[in-house]
Order: sequence, then C-alpha cells, then structure tokens
Amino acid sequence: MSDSLSVNHLLGIKDLSKQDIDLIFTTADNFKDVLNRPIKKVPSLRDITIANVFFENSTRTRLSFELAEKRLSADVVNFSAGSSSVKKGETLLDTVNNILAMKVDMVVMRHASVGAPHFLCRHIKANVVNAGDGTHEHPTQALLDTFSLYRKFGSLEGKKVVIVGDILHSRVALSNVFALQKLGAEVMVCGPSTLIPKHIHELGVKVSHNIDQALAWCDVANILRIQLERQKMSYFPSLREYAMFFGVNKERLDRLNKEITIMHPGPINRGVEINSDVADSEHSIILEQVENGVAVRMAVLYLLASKVKH
Amino acid sequence: MQEKLLFNSTRLKWTLKRLCLELVENHGDFEDTLMIGLQPRGIYLAERLKQLIKQERSVDIPLGKLDITFYRDDFRRREKPLAASTTDIPFLIEKKRVILVDDVFYTGRSVRSALDALGDFGRAEQIEFLALIERKYSRELPIALDYVGVQVNTVDHQKVNVRFKEQGHPEDQIVIIQNE
Repeated sequence: MSDSLSVNHLLGIKDLSKQDIDLIFTTADNFKDVLNRPIKKVPSLRDITIANVFFENSTRTRLSFELAEKRLSADVVNFSAGSSSVKKGETLLDTVNNILAMKVDMVVMRHASVGAPHFLCRHIKANVVNAGDGTHEHPTQALLDTFSLYRKFGSLEGKKVVIVGDILHSRVALSNVFALQKLGAEVMVCGPSTLIPKHIHELGVKVSHNIDQALAWCDVANILRIQLERQKMSYFPSLREYAMFFGVNKERLDRLNKEITIMHPGPINRGVEINSDVADSEHSIILEQVENGVAVRMAVLYLLASKVKH
Repeated sequence: MQEKLLFNSTRLKWTLKRLCLELVENHGDFEDTLMIGLQPRGIYLAERLKQLIKQERSVDIPLGKLDITFYRDDFRRREKPLAASTTDIPFLIEKKRVILVDDVFYTGRSVRSALDALGDFGRAEQIEFLALIERKYSRELPIALDYVGVQVNTVDHQKVNVRFKEQGHPEDQIVIIQNE
C-alpha cells in the first residue's frame, strides 16, 4: 500500500484512486483508536493553521471538521459568509487570499457553486478540502459513509447499496456513487423520477422508482434527506405522498425477510424519508456515521498536511 | 550494500537472558509493572522478555503496544508520511511502573515521542527505557537508557537492523548495514 495520497487537494472522490481510499481508511482506523483514549488528541499538526471557510450553512460538517482539526492540534480559524465582507461584495478569491495572507496552510471550504474549490486550488498555494460544492461533490461525507460500511463488513466488494431520495440535488449521492464503485460495490438510486437526474445510468448505476423493489435488492440503504427548502419547486405533490411512496418504515423492512443496514447523512426528517422505528433500530448505523466522520476527516487532513510546504 | 553480522541467535539469547535478570533485580515480583513495546520491532522484543520473565518468576506482565507516528517531530520534514501501526494499551498506566521497550536506541527522538504519547494514557509512577542496541555518540536529545543489550559504535551512513524470527526471518540476527 502506498503511504501518500496521489492528490494535493481533496476536491472530489472522482479524483481519488482505490489506493487513496484504502490509505484514508487505514489512517482513519488509527485515529479511531486515538478517539477512544482518555486524551483524544495527538500533536501531529501543531504547526499547521486551517481555515474553515463556509459560504453555505452547515452545522455538523463544520463541527466535525473543527473537532478533527483540534484533535490533531492544528490552529483553527472559522469564517462564515453570513457575517462577512462577502455581503459587501468581495469576490471569492479576494476573501480567501485575505485569509491566506494571515499565514493559513489549509482551507476547508463549502460553497453553493459547483467547482468553487477547483477554481480556488488553481489560484492559491494552500491545500484545499472540499466540504461540499453546490450539487456536485461532498467527498468527506462519502468517505465516512463508505468507511462506516468498511468497519461493518470488512470489504465493500459485491455489496449492493441503494441511495434513496433526492438524487438530483444531492452532492452526497454523487460522491457516494463514485466511492462505492471504486470500492467494488454495486449502486442503485431510487426516488421519484423528478428527483433522479436524467442520464445517471451512464455512471453505471441502476435506477428504480419503487422503494420496495429497491429494498428487496440491496444490502444497505442510504436514505437521503428530503430537502424541505427546495420543495416549493414541486418535485412531488406533498410530503405526505412522498412518505407514503418512498418513506422507509419498519413495516416495509419487516416484509423483506432479510436484514439491511440503514444509513442517513443527516439531518433527519423523521416521518418523511425515514421513520423513527427504523432510524433508531439496531440496523441503523446513523450515529456510527457521525462518530466515524471525525476519524475520517482527521485522516484526510493528516495525509494532506504532509504535503504542506512552509 | 554490505552487511556485517553483529549478533547471532545464540548471542541474542544470552543478552535477552541478562536483560531479563536485570529487570527481575529491579522489579522483584513485578506487582505494579507494565511493559510497552514500541512499534514496529519493539513489540517482538517486549514479548520475548515477557516470556523469559514468566519462566523466571512465574508472573504475567501486562504487555502493550505503542505507535508513535502521530507524535513524531519530523512530520512533514520527511519525503512521505509514515504509515501508522496499531496502538494497543489495554490497561491504565496511572501509578504504574512502565518499561518502554525498543530494538535500537539512536537519536532519542522516538523515545521523546513515546513519552509524549504515554502522557495521553495517564501519569505513570515511573517510566524506564530498555533497548537491545544502543548506538553511541548519536544522541540528539538528553535521554539515556536504563537497560542496555549492547552498545555499538556506528556512523550515520550505517544502519543497525534487528531481525526477529517472528517477523518471518529464517533466524534471529542483528546486522550492521553499510549504505554507500
């Protein structure tokens, strides 16, 4: 196994090789041990400064990144667009260059525009981690999702994973498709036809519009959030109808005669895409996903930090 | 690359026996003693010593493994990051006497990192350090050994390599490798 990533920035899963993902997983395994110790901190990144630049709202991703950075002893500065000069008309590049002028080594960025981190990494010296760019990619989420499955199953080779819900707007879905395929899993997407991108089958994924068939096919169901803020666009008639046709509940799972693992990237709309009797059942690994998120982000930051040149 | 044999398996056996007796001399019945091997090769040495002490005194010393990768002070000064091994310390070190075990004592930087790492597991009563090989005149930090297998004079472009059967080598050997 290689001991260095093939990339200098984590922009998307698409750019990673299988070896890169394996290296991130073994490193994350080690950090998971660290997180179970009395003192959950190592001094590796004590001479690194990281800026968390969030142009779009986020609670858990930012919290998870910040915790990962602090567990590695990095210095952390936070920036959110709501309370900044972005409102006064500053460009993305100027904003980030101003932050970098204060001697920052790495930038973790979330932005509403697709490709924003790709643009950034061509113009600045710091190493960039994409924490979500528009509807494109959210690589650390896909890494923690697949890492959680790797911890549970050992290998993802041949596993069948269905991603349920709003595939059209979901960066989590796209990153997950890339990650799962690189690790040898079979992928299906399931949702109302209005929320499935037109040409998604060209990525080599199966498409289904029937949740019961999809659940019968899979070993793992990754259930995405229905993005309530987008529902005024009328992709489906009502939340109640969505819950009836695509909501995952205990009754549906009991009909299957097999156990499937339930995942959700959060935040959950209980009673819409998933019911409490499923989200809180023993087959759900939702909270493991959150726990693993810190270890995976530590691994990514640690491996990229080794490429920082002072 | 030239290799020079420093120890064969017989000589190693006697040295380990002596180290074991020195430990017995200082720790008696090993009531509050723990042993921690440094990854990667210190763990094999620690296991050997544990077995010898078991034969000698019929006590089972708790044994841990410590990986210091994340505590190194040369992170990002190397070409590539080092791959980490597992850390497995399944006991509390609070108020215990800890024997740190490593194969080669060279600049002293690994031990410094190990002391930092151990601090994260609690406050030990005492920490001692045992190494099979001490390379002389190469210390970069004010650190000394409590138990020494053998001292060797080497220069920087030489490397001391400890090979244990447990790692898949045909027999136990310690060699000095000359890098040209």
